[in-house]
Amino acid sequence: MSAIHYNIKQRQVTHMKLLVCITKTPETTAKIAFTDGDSKFDESGVQFIMNPYDEWYALVRALELKEQHGGTVTAINVGPAANDVVIRKALAIGADDAVRINAEALSAGQVAANIAAHAKDKGYDVIFTGKESIDYNGSEVGGMIAEHLNLPYVSYASHMDHDGTTATVNRDIEGGVEVVDVTGAFVLSASKGLAEQRIPNMRGIMMAKRKPMAVEEPAVTESKVSVVSYTLPEAKGGVKMIDPENMDELVRLLHEEAKVI
Amino acid sequence: MSVLVLAESPNGQFKKAAYEAVHYGAKTAASLGGECVAVVIGPADNPADLGKYGASKVVHLADYTGGIDASSYTSIIGQVAAQVGAKVVVVNHSSTGKSIAGRVAVKMDAGVVSQVNSVPTQEDGGIVVTKPVFSGKAFAKCKVAGDKCVLSLMGNALPITEIGSACPVEAGSVDVPASSVTIKERKTVDGEVPLPEAELVVSAGRGMKGPENWGIIDDLAKTIGATTACSRPVADTGWRPHHEHVGQTGVAIRPNLYIAAGISGAIQHLAGVNSSKCIVVINKDPEAPFFKAADYGVCADLFDVVPRLTEAFKKMKAQ
Repeated sequence: MSAIHYNIKQRQVTHMKLLVCITKTPETTAKIAFTDGDSKFDESGVQFIMNPYDEWYALVRALELKEQHGGTVTAINVGPAANDVVIRKALAIGADDAVRINAEALSAGQVAANIAAHAKDKGYDVIFTGKESIDYNGSEVGGMIAEHLNLPYVSYASHMDHDGTTATVNRDIEGGVEVVDVTGAFVLSASKGLAEQRIPNMRGIMMAKRKPMAVEEPAVTESKVSVVSYTLPEAKGGVKMIDPENMDELVRLLHEEAKVI
Repeated sequence: MSVLVLAESPNGQFKKAAYEAVHYGAKTAASLGGECVAVVIGPADNPADLGKYGASKVVHLADYTGGIDASSYTSIIGQVAAQVGAKVVVVNHSSTGKSIAGRVAVKMDAGVVSQVNSVPTQEDGGIVVTKPVFSGKAFAKCKVAGDKCVLSLMGNALPITEIGSACPVEAGSVDVPASSVTIKERKTVDGEVPLPEAELVVSAGRGMKGPENWGIIDDLAKTIGATTACSRPVADTGWRPHHEHVGQTGVAIRPNLYIAAGISGAIQHLAGVNSSKCIVVINKDPEAPFFKAADYGVCADLFDVVPRLTEAFKKMKAQ
């Protein structure tokens, strides 16, 4: 009994310093259209949300680690003041404080460089990202932060245990999982399964208004990569319905018309 | 200038993805100038064969067995890129490639574009290449300033053909710092083509009514040599393993043929499969939204249609 009690006490003084990178994306059912000669995403009428991988998995697992070990969870975003509403949501879900790097997010490279510049002397134990954003689907930011800070990068984490020193992580890989141990500080990207989504409650929303949100000026304002133009895929020709009694016909069409088998 | 391609050899074997990456690297070298050099990390059967897909040389680091982590990959690729004078690095958009593309770009002070699906071209002071965005709902033409870039190649993006013959293989020499990541175990399904690489996929959803009914899906998949997949609710309830889940929060796939049985086609599911070349939807609900995204539809009970379709494929194969 006393041994267990001792263990719990030990764990509570571990005190982890956790950083969660969050980004703003159009919600999953948003209409995708472009303006300015197809060079810009058309934001009119589009509802923006916190990137689901950042919110549901990365942020919540960070909060769970804090609850287990003690410590702080900081949310960080690179973006203009319009992003504050998304950052406040992270605070409402439970982050202790937040940092906004006051710059338009131009590319994964520029975002990662700014987050790394903020994090380099802060001593974070784990830096969380979602496995990708649901708009650009790049899956690049986490690895880039890790390289800037010379930290290990453990991507596509669907499960993580952390004893305060060493983490054991299941990574999603093609057709299965890879189990890794990582000791010391690292960058992690979160897949589905890492945690369960939390809905902010009224108390969280009220408290979020009083939590500190720092605005820092960007260290890097230039981007190596830019989007020249966007195109929409060609519209499908419409579905061809096949008689359920005649699967030979479907096989023939797949072979002769679609030429996929 | 040369283009350096990471040719992955999981369990010592090259898969289609490695040949795709090399072939794409050769086309990139032809477009931007220079030659295509492949780097192979860990054991691999017949690395010289990469020459057939356009590599002019292979640098083989055979000693790295049992898997390495992203920082070690990055260190090796960075050093080999410097040794062979590569300004462009190509990896697959795989769990390994995605984990290292950004890192390598930072190391080389290069731009990164992931999930590319076109051969890059040189255009006034930069490299231009396209990639899908918004989960396949649009494409972006991206420009990387300067002459250095890292590209991760989307699976099944371009056909591969043999264009050359076996090429020389050199033993590489690099110095990799120790990593604080230890790979303890890799648990993968053997003998099945992983979903992101699969050309044929048979997928099923809640319409299956229970995990015990999956035999007809397995039969259909086996008959045509397809990989099996499932929708989110099916993975969430544990009817099928998590790694089979395709969709926005699961695996994004791009097969030639995607057969979906008993899946209604929620927008989040479509986001993971809408790049498939041909979609067949089997559903008894004529209002299922998936029919709108399908090339061929069969509106009937899947328990009747799927075995019938399997028989029809068997008949075709027998001819």
